[in-house]
Amino acid sequence: MNLSRKWLEEFVHVDASDKDFAEAMTLSGSKVELTHDLGEEIDKIVAGRILSMERHPDSDHMWVCQVDVGGGKSVQICTGAWNIHVGDLVPVALDGATLPGGKKIEKGKLRGVESNGMMCGLYELGLDERDFPYAAITPAALLNDYHPLDKDKPSIPADIQPGDKVFGPVVCAKVLECAIQPDFTFHTCLDTGDATACPDTACANLHEGDLVAYNTKTDTICTLADLRAEQAEFPHCIPDGIFVLHEEGVELGDDIKPVINADDHVVEFEITPNRPDCLSVIGLAREVSATYDAPLRLHEPVVRGGANGVLPDLLDVETPAADLVPRYTARMVRNVKIGPSPKWMRERLRSMGVRPINNIVDITNYVMLEYGQPMHAFDYRYVKGGKIIVRRAQEGEELTTLDGKVRKLTANHLVIADEHRAVGLAGIMGGENSEIVADTTDVVFESACFDGTCIRKGALALGMRTEASAKFEKGLDPLNTLPAVQRACELVEMLGAGQVVDGVIDILNHVPQPRVLCLEPEKINALLGTEISADEMVSILKKLDFQVEGNQVTVPSWRGDVVGMADLAEEVARFHGYNNIPVTLMRGQTTRGGYSEEQKLEQTLGAVCRSCGYDEIITYSFISPTCYDKILWPADYFARKSFKILNPLGEDTSIMRTTVLPSMLEILTRNWNYRNKAARLYELGRIYLPGGEDGLANEAKVLSLGAYGADMDFFTLKGVIEALLKEIRAVDVHFEGPTGAPSDASYHPGRCATVWSGSDCIGIFGQIHPLVAQNYGVDGELYCAELSFDELMRAQGPDPEYVPLPKFPAVTRDIAVVCDEKVTVGVLESAIRTGAHGLLKEVSLFDIYRGKGVPEGKKSVAFNLVLRADDRSLTAEEADADVKSILEALEQECGAVLR
Amino acid sequence: MKEQLAKIRAEALSAIEGAGDSAALDALRVQYLGKKGELTAVLKSMGKLSPEERPAMGQLANEVRAALESALEEQGKRLEAKALEERLEAEAVDVTIPGKAPKLGHKHPMYIALDEIKDIFVGMGFTVLDGPEVELAEYNFDRLNADEGHPSRDWSDTFYFDKDSRVMLRSQTSPMQVRAMDTMELPIRIIAPGRVYRKDEVDATHSPMFHQVEGMVIDKGVTMADLKGTLNTVVEQLYGKGTKTRFRPHHFPFTEPSCEMDVQCHKCGGVGCPTCKGEGWIELLGAGMIHPRVLEMAGIDPEVYSGWAFGIGLERTAMRRFKIADLRLIFENDVRFLEQF
Repeated sequence: MNLSRKWLEEFVHVDASDKDFAEAMTLSGSKVELTHDLGEEIDKIVAGRILSMERHPDSDHMWVCQVDVGGGKSVQICTGAWNIHVGDLVPVALDGATLPGGKKIEKGKLRGVESNGMMCGLYELGLDERDFPYAAITPAALLNDYHPLDKDKPSIPADIQPGDKVFGPVVCAKVLECAIQPDFTFHTCLDTGDATACPDTACANLHEGDLVAYNTKTDTICTLADLRAEQAEFPHCIPDGIFVLHEEGVELGDDIKPVINADDHVVEFEITPNRPDCLSVIGLAREVSATYDAPLRLHEPVVRGGANGVLPDLLDVETPAADLVPRYTARMVRNVKIGPSPKWMRERLRSMGVRPINNIVDITNYVMLEYGQPMHAFDYRYVKGGKIIVRRAQEGEELTTLDGKVRKLTANHLVIADEHRAVGLAGIMGGENSEIVADTTDVVFESACFDGTCIRKGALALGMRTEASAKFEKGLDPLNTLPAVQRACELVEMLGAGQVVDGVIDILNHVPQPRVLCLEPEKINALLGTEISADEMVSILKKLDFQVEGNQVTVPSWRGDVVGMADLAEEVARFHGYNNIPVTLMRGQTTRGGYSEEQKLEQTLGAVCRSCGYDEIITYSFISPTCYDKILWPADYFARKSFKILNPLGEDTSIMRTTVLPSMLEILTRNWNYRNKAARLYELGRIYLPGGEDGLANEAKVLSLGAYGADMDFFTLKGVIEALLKEIRAVDVHFEGPTGAPSDASYHPGRCATVWSGSDCIGIFGQIHPLVAQNYGVDGELYCAELSFDELMRAQGPDPEYVPLPKFPAVTRDIAVVCDEKVTVGVLESAIRTGAHGLLKEVSLFDIYRGKGVPEGKKSVAFNLVLRADDRSLTAEEADADVKSILEALEQECGAVLR
Repeated sequence: MKEQLAKIRAEALSAIEGAGDSAALDALRVQYLGKKGELTAVLKSMGKLSPEERPAMGQLANEVRAALESALEEQGKRLEAKALEERLEAEAVDVTIPGKAPKLGHKHPMYIALDEIKDIFVGMGFTVLDGPEVELAEYNFDRLNADEGHPSRDWSDTFYFDKDSRVMLRSQTSPMQVRAMDTMELPIRIIAPGRVYRKDEVDATHSPMFHQVEGMVIDKGVTMADLKGTLNTVVEQLYGKGTKTRFRPHHFPFTEPSCEMDVQCHKCGGVGCPTCKGEGWIELLGAGMIHPRVLEMAGIDPEVYSGWAFGIGLERTAMRRFKIADLRLIFENDVRFLEQF
């Protein structure tokens, strides 16, 4: 919500800089986002009058002007603009001036002639034609400015003389005289060769001696469009130039800022949805008045009325959908003269960010900004039968709204209709078929209160949130409709825009009684932790127009948000000052805070991952459905069934992942594409499996690891997983190949393992299938692991218990056995353990050899064995006996023989 | 013989002193003291002496032997020291060559910020809760006093899983307030960090998924002054002692009175600069006294109990903490980014 401080000043006087004002309002609850000083950058630009104009001695398109800038001073200024004439009132940037945008103007020479400033155009002042419609420039095509596109084939001869034919009825003519008229058009006198002509024209670039194309048939001076000429052919005949002021009461030398409303300051507020009343100048003025303890000057609209006709005869209103129309108020204006609204009104609208259109439309916007009450004006002649019916739309009913779009409606939309058809979409936008147009003569002003939810849903369904609907949807004050329509009618009379018909149509379907609350100062103080006196509370509430009698507080009609003690407490706190509330620490029963077992495990897992060199990542929980294809999950795999977002931002983020693999792969790929040589990443993320309680998801946590790089292989990854399991003292851990689950398809079938604690599968890890990597555009080896957090939780072993350090030395023996290629190290190890007689403390693989000396299809596997007794030093014989038994077991169970 | 011994002594001592390495020293030992050594030879010839001469000569010979042995030992030590010195010199390294660092992983900056916040609250007796992200609109909105027409319920703002707008991705961590009220014994002190989702396109300051930390206290006699005191303590721990804060009125459907808390801009100290958009303050979090309706809906009597709650955006906290300018970096997970923290 933008607020013009000039407009605000009409209701409450505040003497504060923008910064102080913003701070004070923010602290009392109306958050200021930004402040704009509309004229901040404008300096040393004054009104001046052109005293004389001479053609520049050394230029074919420039003028040298003497300009009276007040105080008896005149300055010489060179300009290339052609739309000015002696006597024009223009904005003059003096030497040392700054323009909007910070551009500095300094005196200098233009083609050898001194120029002591600049006359400004609209755009140079940060304005456009919407601010000053009269400043639009229509250029005539000056034949002395003709530059042929093709030098060899000019359409107009260079030596053309008055009277020479240009084409058809158009002849060359010389301007003998050009005089400005009171309506800012020009009266000219032309030499057409053998005669003279005196057409009036809007063209502003004519000066004595210019050659023009004169249409003898229509008695007009031709523009570029009339000649079907391109701009390049008349490079200086452009619709741009100096902003010639048509303002009254401007003295020469006056600062230009007030003339162009650049002396206003605009404050941008963030209004929270509970305060629709603050979406208006008056609403904010009320807050300002309470903040600054300054009197609020409200204005009671006065309407003279007296137009011909009796309102009930002219207009009848029915509200069959009474539940959606708490109140409908309307008045009528006749003999309307559509035209531009006055400058002050246009300026205020522009300051608040609203584009001026015409007096009637501007009045509705003005009232909406001032009162916060959306207004609609529609052309009475299109209300057939003089009857307005506010009803639900018929299913499929169509209406073309003011923006020219055809809207297909449903029974959930509320329309303003006559007996035959809808003429407006209630609370959202008017219909094109009843729009105020140039020849509108009778106008109905509608000032209604519609059901917020109905308007919100209706606007949403059509995807057209408007200024009006945004206000209605928050729930407006039904008592505001009448003052607003009165104000509109008052403005009509003030602007002389029409005559108001006596009487008001006012249908009250549902106007609630004022809410009365009990003021309980001790409760308010108990909630806030303050000791504010009852008197201070009462005075704060009264400032905000609450009526207080005894402990009875009557809430103003526009404060629908205040319903209980806590709301009163907030009002008191706002104006007592949030920053004056004391600062205390929590008392009362202490609670035992801390981390749960799950949270502690999360911390441990993260710490181990990081100590193994893995960086933590955060990935989106939603993925694209195509991800399942990319990781080669079979089409019928049940785990593809995912929570699907019905209104996603895009396909890529449309389903909740049931696997973390695509997320990890995406990040690995990104790093790969960034040419990072290696990446080791982990995330403790959730997957979202259908089938939870209340139709929600089972949100299981998964620890995912992902890596690539020169030193990555299956065993480096496995080492990290072993480290993780060791750190949490997981019990009965073993590794197996893939289990044949459909999700195994994502992994390299020969380099993928599952990890188990007893009979529980903790997860899967290994090299990503080359086809999956290829799907992600990676031609290297990617490694991933997916470990179930719940299983890790379950696998955690008991707290460690101290085991006495060995007192006796160990005997170590190295053995190498030859076995079939297909016998795994795991099987050999377990055979070793079976064969041992309780003296074996450690087995570790140290070599696998294939080649010379080992038969084809076989391998030699070497282990280091550590044997020890806890109660004595082992003899060599005892150790040898154990090794012998181990070797027997290896031979019997695995067919492995000592090499 | 006396002369012979003196000669051996002089020659041997000089030779020992001149021995350049332990091999030469060993050779000298053999040359003089070995079985066939020169001194040994002299000793062997003692038999030829008269019994009167023998004791004196014997003593002299022993003295020479002791002198040689001691000289050998000393020279041995000297050589050893010299050899060590030479070895150490040869082993010297260029200490400016970079070390062989073990590759350590890094915590994500956002979780660094989160862990700081968690630790602060746990220290104050708070419990850390975890809750569902796929959430019922009932918990995310209804039970938090955001009724049917509340704009945040729009399909343009919130992600839904069913046509009836019943199941959604939580748009805030605040439903954890309700879940805590429903399941925990009073008094309650919790924080609940987690992912939240809103329908915002990705840009430098927006992401459809981001993180919040919810906090809530419910007890008898809890006041807005307590809220201010607790949050000030937290901010001092996060941003340093003496960090200035201010509280501004705001609106949330589930708190009344509601506020936002600003911290004074660390860059300009409150004067106004581009970092704080000229305001001198930076918005940090939203908070307020739990709305009596919200307590009532959870079966907690607002006449007896009161409480406060807050919600803080984690990304912004982390971005401010580490001066990260673009939110997209947080979710991009480029290792060159991650390894800076």
